[in-house]
Amino acid sequence: MAPPAQSQRSPSPSQPSGKSEVSDLKLQLRQLAGSRAPGVDDSKRELFKKVISYMTVGIDVSSLFGEMVMCSATSDIVLKKMCYLYVGNYAKVNPDLALLTINFLQRDCNDEDPMIRGLALRSLCSLRVANFVEYLVGPLGSGLKDSNSYVRMVAVIGVLKLYHISASTCVDADFPSILKHLMLNDSDTQVVANCLSALQEIWSAEASTSEEASREREALISKPVIYYLLNRIREFSEWAQCLVLELVTKYVPSDSSEIFDIMNLLEDRLQHANGAVVLATIKVFLHLTLSMTDVHQQVYERIKAPLLTLVSSGSPEQSYAVLSHLHLLVMRAPYIFSSDYKHFYCQYNEPSYVKRLKLEMLTAVANESNTYEIVTELCEYAANVDIPIARESIRAVGKIALQQYDVNAIVDRLLQFLEMEKDYVTAEALVLVKDLLRKYPQWSHDCIAVVGNISSKNVQEPKAKAALIWMLGEYSQDMQDAPYILESLVENWDEEHSAEVRLHLLTAVMKCFFKRPPETQNALGTALAAGIADFHQDVHDRALFYYRILQYNVSVAERVVNPPKQAVSVFADTQSSEIKDRIFDEFNSLSVVYQKPSYMFTDKEHRGPFEFSDELGNLSIGGEAADNVVSAQRVEENDKDLLLTTSEKEETRGSSNNGSAYTAPYDGSSTSVFALQTHIESAISNPTAADHSPQASLAIDDLLGLGLPAAPAPPSPQLKLNTTAALDPSTFQHKWRQLPVALSQVCLNTQ
Amino acid sequence: MISQFFVLSQRGDNIVFRDYRGDVAKGTAEIFFRKVKFWKEDGQEEAPPVFNVDGVNYFHVKVVGLLFVATTRVNVSPSLILELLQRVARVIKDYLGVLNEDSLRKNFVLVYELLDEVIDFGYVQTTSTEVLKSYIFNEPIVVDAARLQPLGPAAIFMQGTKRMPGTAVTKSVLANEPGGRKREEIFVDIIEKISVTFSSSGYILTSEIDGTIQMKSYLTGNPEIRLALNEDLSIGRGGGSVYDYRSSSGAGAVILDDCNFHESVRLDSFDMDRTLALIPPDGEFPVMNYRMTQEFKPPFRINCLIEEAGHLKAEVSLKVRAEFPSDIVANTIVVQMPLPNYTTRVSFELEPGAVGQRTDFKEANKKLEWGLKKIVGGSEHTLRAKLTFSQESHANITKEAGPVSMTFTIPMYNVSRLQVKYLQIAKKSSSYNPFRWVRYVTQANSYVARI
Repeated sequence: MAPPAQSQRSPSPSQPSGKSEVSDLKLQLRQLAGSRAPGVDDSKRELFKKVISYMTVGIDVSSLFGEMVMCSATSDIVLKKMCYLYVGNYAKVNPDLALLTINFLQRDCNDEDPMIRGLALRSLCSLRVANFVEYLVGPLGSGLKDSNSYVRMVAVIGVLKLYHISASTCVDADFPSILKHLMLNDSDTQVVANCLSALQEIWSAEASTSEEASREREALISKPVIYYLLNRIREFSEWAQCLVLELVTKYVPSDSSEIFDIMNLLEDRLQHANGAVVLATIKVFLHLTLSMTDVHQQVYERIKAPLLTLVSSGSPEQSYAVLSHLHLLVMRAPYIFSSDYKHFYCQYNEPSYVKRLKLEMLTAVANESNTYEIVTELCEYAANVDIPIARESIRAVGKIALQQYDVNAIVDRLLQFLEMEKDYVTAEALVLVKDLLRKYPQWSHDCIAVVGNISSKNVQEPKAKAALIWMLGEYSQDMQDAPYILESLVENWDEEHSAEVRLHLLTAVMKCFFKRPPETQNALGTALAAGIADFHQDVHDRALFYYRILQYNVSVAERVVNPPKQAVSVFADTQSSEIKDRIFDEFNSLSVVYQKPSYMFTDKEHRGPFEFSDELGNLSIGGEAADNVVSAQRVEENDKDLLLTTSEKEETRGSSNNGSAYTAPYDGSSTSVFALQTHIESAISNPTAADHSPQASLAIDDLLGLGLPAAPAPPSPQLKLNTTAALDPSTFQHKWRQLPVALSQVCLNTQ
Repeated sequence: MISQFFVLSQRGDNIVFRDYRGDVAKGTAEIFFRKVKFWKEDGQEEAPPVFNVDGVNYFHVKVVGLLFVATTRVNVSPSLILELLQRVARVIKDYLGVLNEDSLRKNFVLVYELLDEVIDFGYVQTTSTEVLKSYIFNEPIVVDAARLQPLGPAAIFMQGTKRMPGTAVTKSVLANEPGGRKREEIFVDIIEKISVTFSSSGYILTSEIDGTIQMKSYLTGNPEIRLALNEDLSIGRGGGSVYDYRSSSGAGAVILDDCNFHESVRLDSFDMDRTLALIPPDGEFPVMNYRMTQEFKPPFRINCLIEEAGHLKAEVSLKVRAEFPSDIVANTIVVQMPLPNYTTRVSFELEPGAVGQRTDFKEANKKLEWGLKKIVGGSEHTLRAKLTFSQESHANITKEAGPVSMTFTIPMYNVSRLQVKYLQIAKKSSSYNPFRWVRYVTQANSYVARI
């Protein structure tokens, strides 16, 4: 509830400081406490409302605790609820007084009205006072058995609350196994969902100390449980569906027909209006098909349209969350999205965080056939009023230029940027031209002609200035004025605030000196003197180093400072592929939005209820199960190869191929594909290699061996197929293959 | 799973604050508000809806100027939390009738009641307005809707004093008509947001319709409803590029790129006769969202000329032509155009006899703004503006100004031609004949002409 003490907050008219008001309230409450006069409930309501409103704005009203409790002896449910809210908020800081409430809460837990029973039970468990746990066990136990589902729903979460107050009390009372029984048998799906949430939390926390708990946690993703939940998925609320789907992603099916059954069952979830359900479903699809290249790619095709629909419906915030995921997929497999590039065009009224993602996607999907359009569009943004986005757009053009083989037209555009005479445009463009020249030195003539026209006085940004200076040094033989421009820059040494620029200036003057010694000698002397006197350590060191190496031997100095360069072929990617894969594993989580794996922004205990990839190795479940897990991981690691090497695979498969129409213009190492493929094929043809049954039967024993009157679970769980879409695996694949295949044809045509 | 939920006013005051798990330190509301307010020093950039400060993840959505915020330490699904926040706002709106700071402050006890049932210990229990009804005992204190800015897409039906039938869009689901009887009515709104980008030569570069069929039912007894859409409606543009405009058939078939449906919708006969069957839950909800890139006739054509007119001067001429039938009237039209940033003064010249038009030069961001109360279909309006500059322009002046953007609302008009052919309510008795409102509206999302 509201932070009780916020004394630092200056009181505003709408938020009175409180002291006198609180004592006033105290008096009035006391007067009403014993009264039985008609209409007293209404006056109480008004007073209670005031108390709660003070609580909300942060005024400490805990001193009213006694009076509030006295007034709570009422049959008015509205009053009761306000009182519960108050008590829940202050019980923790007033444990002694809270004891007063236990009595009436316990009494209410046995009320005739299920509403009151539920409310009282929820409040009782929300007191968060460790001394009270003994009072909780009884009401919780009967709450879990209550005939009303609302009370059971509350009781299940109550068990979780108890666990967080006192784990041992919760476990000793055998609540987890009662929850497990409820989860598998209760008629109300919200009770089932709450059991699942609670058990995931409890068993994950216990797993580090108890082998049994880690076994139980593992059993949650066993075939019987997963099938049981999947078969009821339509009964669950949309939020609970997300919970179940997240669980299903951890499940490792034993063969491909099982995979198709599950996907068949979940297909219509992709049409859900709730983005969270769709993303959870997509995660299941992506993870299930990791080992099946063709289908995995078809999944990408299949999910495109629903994702795009979600991006354009809903609030900007919701579409941002979906767009972040689309961004991830585009970055993984740009060629699949290359014909959808127009969807990534920015709209003028979109927030910057959306535009930024779109610019990155546009950069990624640019290929031979769409580059012209994309670059034209990006150039429009470069003149945009939104300066940060204008800058990013120019950078995007540069990135595309660096990716492409045919950069002719793009270089022209970049040079046009330089002529636009906007400071920030010039600055960004200079940096890009520099990078381009490092990769394509053959363009130097065209670029240098334009760069030479730029007055260094108009360039203020350090990065841009450094780029200009670098070009002056590198191409001083082609630029008439280079030594003189450098000289004038050296003369203004003291006014140059950026150390980066001064460092570049030193190096550029050196290079220029080697190429045109007589013209540069003066400038070099001045620069070295200024550099050695520089207060910046790096500048000082570099100047001294240049000075000494020149003293030692000029030709050695030239070899060190200005060696012949090789063109850069690929600029280093900022994020390792390992990290990217990690983020992909954490699809449908914050990792995707932050573009960081979870270990970089959360502490271990908060990695999510079912995040246990770190500890997988430690599980002592038995050989087979561990094997399964390992193979799943291997498959995940290889996913990237899989995506990139479909065309290769097409060829290697030859006649055994099942007729995929997909070919992607990508090179890949055929050997790795071969190895991987044989691995997959053996896994599929030889079920014992990835056998799931030992674990499954183990789980069933467990499920039945509770000593509780469990309903007989079906010996081998069956997945109920989607009634409208009962397809066998091959027709299912076939169906998906009919999805827009134009893309691959387009690719072929352009090659 | 979330730790806290709170609603902040525009000034950063707590209106409601609920801590569900107690695992996030107090003071998050202040930390959050400071972060959002000062996201970037220059104040130009908005804070993203999700960010992390010291291990706490903050999620927020903006609804009618209020910030709905959730915090958690766990690596949850961002989509789930943002959907949830939006849904909480909608549920609250369903109960209060009108959602704004005033109504929230007046009804915060009811809001707490809702929050306690929607989320327990950080886990979502239910967001169904219907289910929640049995747990809610406070009665809403109704605020005067007329003078307040209403929420949600349905709000566009009640601009100014001339309201569309049915003030019920601002009626609480708990409210009864005077006399204790509920008015039996159901609203179906087809809301289309269109995005069009015109090139400088007037070609359509991109266009898209994002549509929603929104429903709000006040029917007692939850009868089943059947919504019939165009019979020739087809979904998915099989084969070919999604953006292939030429392939769209001129025969008048409506082709959606894709769509999704509310949970309650049953599609048993959708493939056969394009009808949706559902038992509408209480409250407002989207029956179906759809997306369309099929070619359509843009409702407005924009013409813009900017020319230098002597030393330190230039002239702008803006022309807007309404290309829809004359019995349709667009309203609340605003045309905006960024001018060169060395513009110091602008003098406007409206066409003779212009009524209900206003012009403005926004000094701060150098923007020209032209507002029109209404535009009748088929008509054309022009604005001329003389600009004075503080310095000589070096480059091409068209690179320094524009693009022109436009916002508008066109009631009773939809560009996609998607229609609700009929709305059938399963009859309880022959005398049962509730009010049925089917309304169409088109709004600009991003309507831009480059110059």
